[in-house]
Amino acid sequence: MTKKKKKQSVIPGFSMSMGLTLSYLTLIVLAPLSMLFIRAAGLNVSEIKHILLSERTLSAFALSFGASLIAALINCIFGFIVAWVLVRYTFPGKVFFDAFVDLPFALPTAVAGISLTSLYMTSGWIGRYFHILGIKVAYTRIGIIVALTFIGLPFVVRTLQPVLSDMDKQAEEAAVSLGASRWKTFIHVILPEISPALLTGFALALARAIGEYGSVVFISGNMPNRTEIVPLLIMTRLEEYDYSGATVIAAFMLIVSFLLLLMINLLQGWGQRFQEAEKL
Amino acid sequence: MILLKRNWIISSFIGIFIMGYLCHGYGKDKELLNVSYDPTRELYKDFNQVFQTYWKEKTGQDIVIQQSHGGAGKQARAVIEGLEADVVTLALAYDIDAMHRISQLIPENWQSRLPNNSCPYTSTIVFLVRKDNPKRIKDWNDLIRPDIEVITPNPKTSGGARWNYLAAWGYALSNNANDESKAMEFISKLYQNVPVLDTGARGSTNTFIKGIGDVFISWENEALLAIHKLGRGQFEIVIPSLSILAEPPVTVIDKNVDEHGTRKIAEEYLKYLYTPVGQEICAKHYYRPVDPNIAVIYQDQFPKVRLFNIREVFGSWTDAQKKHFSDGGIFDQIYMDQ
Repeated sequence: MTKKKKKQSVIPGFSMSMGLTLSYLTLIVLAPLSMLFIRAAGLNVSEIKHILLSERTLSAFALSFGASLIAALINCIFGFIVAWVLVRYTFPGKVFFDAFVDLPFALPTAVAGISLTSLYMTSGWIGRYFHILGIKVAYTRIGIIVALTFIGLPFVVRTLQPVLSDMDKQAEEAAVSLGASRWKTFIHVILPEISPALLTGFALALARAIGEYGSVVFISGNMPNRTEIVPLLIMTRLEEYDYSGATVIAAFMLIVSFLLLLMINLLQGWGQRFQEAEKL
Repeated sequence: MILLKRNWIISSFIGIFIMGYLCHGYGKDKELLNVSYDPTRELYKDFNQVFQTYWKEKTGQDIVIQQSHGGAGKQARAVIEGLEADVVTLALAYDIDAMHRISQLIPENWQSRLPNNSCPYTSTIVFLVRKDNPKRIKDWNDLIRPDIEVITPNPKTSGGARWNYLAAWGYALSNNANDESKAMEFISKLYQNVPVLDTGARGSTNTFIKGIGDVFISWENEALLAIHKLGRGQFEIVIPSLSILAEPPVTVIDKNVDEHGTRKIAEEYLKYLYTPVGQEICAKHYYRPVDPNIAVIYQDQFPKVRLFNIREVFGSWTDAQKKHFSDGGIFDQIYMDQ
């Protein structure tokens, strides 16, 4: 017992900071979330089943998670390119471009939704060209993905930037001088180095996209079964004063999101251990 | 040490800032909070000013009237969950009924406490079409033509949209000798023509102004506002052969006014809406006044429409809500069949 105490006191303030962490997390995160489960608990199993397994709820879930995954993947690819360019090259106006990346963070999501809709509707600046190709963007699932990509971009760029700028260029140069192709250098040298950060960025963008409401309701058209996202379904329940129905959906969404994020975190931890083992 | 001192100064500044921010708005004159729905912004901005002057003259007391606007359902929920409104002025009685049903903020008979079912002004549902009415939309049955795109918000999230839906339903019933299955077919066809279901009335107004859709089913007051304020000459109003009498009611929230000691002001505030001065302000903001003397003055602004009220066709708001907009109700069914 005394031994343990000594061990803890190597870095001072553990018990205090841990206590603070726990109570802070409880107050800010856990308490509001537990309210969800308490309210949802007012329903019995068959009612919960009825709500969750209805066609409308299922298609909303498929849409919300599917579109969020696609958007997060797109952001991983293009976010990487953006971060790469911003870190590795200097060009005039770089400071401005760097600042642009954060705009989706700051912009009220409703504003984003309205401007994206006017751009991508069939008579909009961009939408008209898609229209020629026979593709409708606004008021379809593609529109939802566009909005979710927009709001998720900064997460990937901002998590990658510090890692990329810390990265040792010598490793790449060594790889190239040893005759590795560019693609090989990327896959075997760069990608392993940045993959934890990339995964974090992916997880953040995904989490943000799943919960997004403000911008999507403007561009999606909100048609039941087709372009209705889960957060809208929750809002709809609330408008009916159906608090328990709303919380059941919300709680289920929370569980699925939590499992997804947990999986990503585990994957990341596993990847890191794997990498460290490889280095040794 | 200097650094420490500076830190101390900075943090106390931050502290003062936060305190100031949190306490902002306390300790002023008598306050009244009116929680209202979306399109009444302009109306109550005007009315509050006039009432403040009136109250000052009458009692010598300064009052501050705070306004809160938003979608009717959202606003009602905020009040139910503890937003301390002294009066509510919402889009439909169902949302105010919920304040009795869910949290007993008001007595059950709230709607009989003021004249005209507690509605100091009424409105109706009309069509807004593009200039010169290129698709020749005249009445409800034009809205189910396959070449027409209709803009209306989602009745599950918007109070105004519920009036739209009920107006269409009432028309379909009266046109088909009260045959409900025919009415359902009509409603289903109508909503097949809706490309976008916005969550609120203002969202739909924006969609229509952006150029989507041929006809926008709208509150008469919003349509008149769009014509006079947003785009002169861009739109036209079409009056259907039959529409619904939209009755947005008002009430004092008993529990809150008794706690705040504002019952007298709150009651007087709502009664003032019924006086000629109040009625005139309503009419100026395109709401139909209930006082016949004022209505005569503004009769050119409000064309004669054949109207039915919700009690005649649907019984009550609670019945209409249950049958049409609840989970698995008729509105859900028309989307299930597609």
